[in-house]
Amino acid sequence: MSEKRLLLGDEAVALGALHAGLSGVYAYPGTPSTEVTEFIQTHAPEVRSRWCTNEKTAMEAALGMSYAGKRALVCMKHVGMNVCADAFVNSAVTGVKGGLVVLAADDPSMHSSQNEQDSRFYAQFAMVPVFEPSDQQEAYDMIREAFAFSEEMGLPVLFRMVTRLAHSRAAVQTGEATGQNALDPAADRGWVLLPAIARRQYLKLIDKQPRLLEASEGTPHNILEGTGSRGVIACGIGYNYVKEAGVQDITLLKVSQYPLPEAQIKALAARCSSILVVEDGQPVVEQGVKALLGAGYPVEGRLTHKLPRTGELTPDNVAAALGVPASRAFGSAQNLAPRPPQLCPGCGHRDVYAALNQVAAEYPGARIFGDIGCYTLGALPPFSALASCVDMGASITMAKGAADAGLCPAIAVIGDSTFTHSGMTGLLDAVNDKSNITVIISDNLTTAMTGGQDSAGTSKFEAICLGLGVEPEHVRVVVPLPANMPEITRIIREEIEYKGVSVIIPRRECMQTLRRHKK
Amino acid sequence: MKKDIILSGVGGQGILSIATVIGEAATAAGLFLKQAEVHGMSQRGGDVQSNLRLSNEVIYSDLIPVGSADLIISMEPMEALRYLPYLSRNGRVVTSSRPFVNIPDYPDKDVLLAELDSLPDVVRLDIEEAARACGNPKGANMVLLGMAAPAIGIIGADELREAIGRVFARKGDAIVEANRKAFDIGLAAAMKS
Repeated sequence: MSEKRLLLGDEAVALGALHAGLSGVYAYPGTPSTEVTEFIQTHAPEVRSRWCTNEKTAMEAALGMSYAGKRALVCMKHVGMNVCADAFVNSAVTGVKGGLVVLAADDPSMHSSQNEQDSRFYAQFAMVPVFEPSDQQEAYDMIREAFAFSEEMGLPVLFRMVTRLAHSRAAVQTGEATGQNALDPAADRGWVLLPAIARRQYLKLIDKQPRLLEASEGTPHNILEGTGSRGVIACGIGYNYVKEAGVQDITLLKVSQYPLPEAQIKALAARCSSILVVEDGQPVVEQGVKALLGAGYPVEGRLTHKLPRTGELTPDNVAAALGVPASRAFGSAQNLAPRPPQLCPGCGHRDVYAALNQVAAEYPGARIFGDIGCYTLGALPPFSALASCVDMGASITMAKGAADAGLCPAIAVIGDSTFTHSGMTGLLDAVNDKSNITVIISDNLTTAMTGGQDSAGTSKFEAICLGLGVEPEHVRVVVPLPANMPEITRIIREEIEYKGVSVIIPRRECMQTLRRHKK
Repeated sequence: MKKDIILSGVGGQGILSIATVIGEAATAAGLFLKQAEVHGMSQRGGDVQSNLRLSNEVIYSDLIPVGSADLIISMEPMEALRYLPYLSRNGRVVTSSRPFVNIPDYPDKDVLLAELDSLPDVVRLDIEEAARACGNPKGANMVLLGMAAPAIGIIGADELREAIGRVFARKGDAIVEANRKAFDIGLAAAMKS
């Protein structure tokens, strides 16, 4: 049914995918991508949508569904691309059967992330097309086209979103829904990437490149508008900020599909005397345009500091790059203090850090290695407990490496969902090496940071640790409450004194999900 | 005609409910709308804001440019001041006057309110007190919406009252009426100031 709906960018993608006959979404929660999967979970019980353990298992399962002939969507935040990169890059070599779209939600300005890597580099690397919508309507329309294009080309499509589109609402005109593909498994040998076959498949991938380029030149999403003397290339939501600035003397090339439309860029260059590249994230296109036009042609953007080298695009920095003066009426206020996020009142992580800080103070050499989740906020006052936070699972393996180097006591703090995402394998390394580490799996029974999604390992943690070979007497479970502080600190002390791998599991439900469950 | 509104507060205070009501009314009125929200880590007791843009013409940017917001609607007085550079010369600030102190270095309340009052166009009220006084302690955000209603302009107060009915319908008539009452108290307060 065709109708107009007010949707977040993420929801527009979800609805477009459903209307394209989606059979399964595979995802691990990550801001700003989470709402895509949540929308499908809420609105389409007939579509496979349960949360996956990590982005690699998600990508591989989706590839399996594509192999079987059906349409599959993988969703993640940008750093999830690092986790699934092996499967992602090779899925371009095997090719796909049912449409396979990989949604990566980038987070320029690091609103909720530890870096601002640009997923378009992954697509270049894997030699697959990128679709990058500029607004909510295009997000809905382009995800539908992405599934069709994926099947037409026999390649996965990378669908790139950024925070400001993912988390902004606007009205979207929806279209008619199409049904799911029938089961129709692939039968060719191209899926077996033995070297001899992989070499042939890789050549096939190379051979598809001219057709990808042709599609980029012909799509209505890449358009040239205006007749001004200044050239501007605006990618994705960058287009909106250029239009907002309202300058008349430009010729504007909007880019929402890659590989870069080379003929259109050359046409723009011929008409204009310079080109400004407006892209959210890293200077992917700026580099490409410079390479295409040669050193003599003036190309400006983030690399030339016409736009800031880091951080997201805003209507203000784009207007400034276009030469439009800012009209600021008021300066910054005088009575202003930063208000960083903090652990909720009553949160069990608070009790964990209170106990850890108390015991760690008794050991001058102690270091606490952190991980990714709400509990990363333990790095901030009042706890200031953490020595590191790098990537999913790194608490355990960094503690292990530091312990191997002689650091003692080496303590890791990791959440339940992060542990099953990428911590388990590191724990096996530590067990095999008999490393002297104390691992705290702070289990709040949910993936809390992203809003309380189901956690893959709930009720399985003791069994997982024992199965990986942690000694039964060194798998300890406590309830993190202020009243239990003497017991918790005693157990932490005992396990630090044990010269081997110990796991302490403080377990108490997240305050946010508790409140929701009580309603 | 366009109306650019910044909604601000502390994570968990309920600014998105205000945005939902305005959005519902704007959609019913056939206006173009864009509403950028903050999800993720900041929602844990940090500063949060939403950029809400309404217009009867196409809106491009999801974000409001510096110096062009017509209205700042804030659940918290210091959070109202945080977005001052976005306010236009003739813009209005509608805010709660009650500080939400969850940080150690929160400014002195009197000095903070004095800075707020030095702005050309400010409407402020202890909305939590007003909500309690009308028997709807959870309705502070609807009091605030009522206070902002005259300045929203592009949508009338009656349209907002109707939108409250649609947004809260599934919670029952009693909640709808309590929220409308809270809205009316805010509206009356704005008319007086």
